[in-house]
Amino acid sequence: MTKPESEWTWKELPVGNVILEPGNASSYRTGDWKSFKPILNKELCIHCGLCYIFCPDMAYNLDAEGYFISDLYYCKGCGICSKECPTRAITMVVEEE
Amino acid sequence: MAKRVGMEVSIAAAEAVKQANVDVISAYPITPQTHIVEHLSEIVANGEMDAEFFCVESEHSAMSICIGSEATGARSFTCTSAQGLALMAEMTYIASGLRLPILMIVANRTLSAPLSIWNDHSDAMMIRDCGWVQYFVENGQEVYDHVFISYRLGEDRKVLFPVIINMDGFILSHVIEPIELIEQEKIDQFLPPYQPLHQLHPDKPITMGAFALPAIFAETKKAQEVALRGSMPKILEVWKAFGDMTGRYYQPVETYKAEDAKTLLVTMGSIGETASVAIDKMREQGRSVGLVKIRLWRPFPFEALKQATLHAKNLVVIDRAVSVGGPGGPVASEVKAAIYGEVLRPSIYNFVAGISGRDVAPIDFIKMVDKAEIEIEEGRKDGYEIYGVRE
Repeated sequence: MTKPESEWTWKELPVGNVILEPGNASSYRTGDWKSFKPILNKELCIHCGLCYIFCPDMAYNLDAEGYFISDLYYCKGCGICSKECPTRAITMVVEEE
Repeated sequence: MAKRVGMEVSIAAAEAVKQANVDVISAYPITPQTHIVEHLSEIVANGEMDAEFFCVESEHSAMSICIGSEATGARSFTCTSAQGLALMAEMTYIASGLRLPILMIVANRTLSAPLSIWNDHSDAMMIRDCGWVQYFVENGQEVYDHVFISYRLGEDRKVLFPVIINMDGFILSHVIEPIELIEQEKIDQFLPPYQPLHQLHPDKPITMGAFALPAIFAETKKAQEVALRGSMPKILEVWKAFGDMTGRYYQPVETYKAEDAKTLLVTMGSIGETASVAIDKMREQGRSVGLVKIRLWRPFPFEALKQATLHAKNLVVIDRAVSVGGPGGPVASEVKAAIYGEVLRPSIYNFVAGISGRDVAPIDFIKMVDKAEIEIEEGRKDGYEIYGVRE
C-alpha cells in the first residue's frame, strides 16, 4: 500500500511521476470530499439495486442481508443514488465532523 | 571516411532521423518545416525505414501521438513551426512532465499576427519554460549531428527529457549546405536502441499522467527542475563522445575572438555565423570586439556564459523575439539574470534584430556595436531597442 501524497519528498518520486503499483486508486479516500452522506431506510428498500447500478464510483456493495450499502470511504456524496431510488429510501443528510 | 554531400538542410535532418532508427514519426505539415516531414514520409513509404508515419489532423495530435508512442518505448519524432508549435504547446508540457525523450525539430518561424512565414525565435520563446532540453543550432551540420546527440542524451537514464532542436526557418531549413554524413555503423554504436525506464505494457501495468493534488505537485516540479538542471554533465559528456567520434566538438556557449575583447556580441542561432564576419571586419579595424554564441538554451548554461562574458566591458545581446511589454528580448533577460549576482559585470545593451526574416547583415552588427558602445559610454547602461525600425 502506497503512502499518502502529503508524505512523499521530491527525491522519492518515480521519474515522470508514474504510478508503479497497479490499482492503488482503491486506497484513495474519495469519501473525504463529501458534504452529504446517503442514509438508507431499510423499511422502504425493495432491493432493486438501482443505487448500486447508478453509483458513478461503484461505492455500493451488497451486504449479507441483501441490502446495498454505500461504502463511505469512497462515497463522494453526489446524491445520484438518492435521486434514482424509486421508493425514496435513500436520504442525503449533512455529514457532521 | 565520412561522406561530405551537398544537400538541403531539411533533407539532411530527415536523413538523420532515418539513421537514428526512429520508430514513430507523427507530424502535420507547416512552412518552413514541410520539407523535413515530406522527405520522411517518402523514406517510410519507400520502405527505406522501418517506422510508422502518422498523418494527423493537427499538431496537437502530432505531439499527443508522440507522447503515446514514446510511453510504449518507441523512439518518436515530430517537427513543426510557429502556429503549429502554438497548437502543440499544451502537449509539450505533458511530454516533459512525463519525462518522455521525444525529439522535435522546430524550424523557427514568426508567430502571427500579422501573418508571416519567415524566421525569428518568437515561436521557441513561447514555450521557453516547457521543460525540454533546448538547443539553438547555427548551421545544417549541427542540425544533422544533434539528431543523434539529442536521442542519446534524452534517452539516458540520468536525463530522460524530451529535446528540441531549434533551427532557423528558411535560413537553415531551405539552404543547401555541405553536410558530412556519418556512417551507419558509427551511429549504431553511438546511439544504442532505446531502453525505457518505465513503459506502458500489459504485462506490467503502470499509470502515466495521473492527477496530482496541491499536496504533491510542488514536489513533482522540484524533481523535474532539479533533473533538468542536473542533466548538464550528461549534456557535456554526450557532446564530448560525439566529438571523439566525428571531430566536431560542441559546447553550451561558444566564443570567437572573445578572450581579450572589450565589447562582446551575444547571439543565438544561425546569425552567429554572420556576426563572426562582422567581428573579423571590426578586428581588421583594430576594434576590441568578440562574439559569444549560446547553443544550449535549456538548461541555461549560467556558468559557461559567465566564464565567456564577465571579463568584458560591454555586452551587445541580439534577440530574435520581443517580450512585448517586458524587459526587452528573452535572451538578454537571461543573460542579465545570469550575471546579476556578480560584483564586476559588463553593461548590457539589447537589440531585437531580424524579426520575421528581416536580413541582418554584417554591417548591421557593426552598427549595433557602434550604437551600443556610444549609448553605454553616455551612461545608458541597460538599453533596449528594436533595431532598424523606420521612424
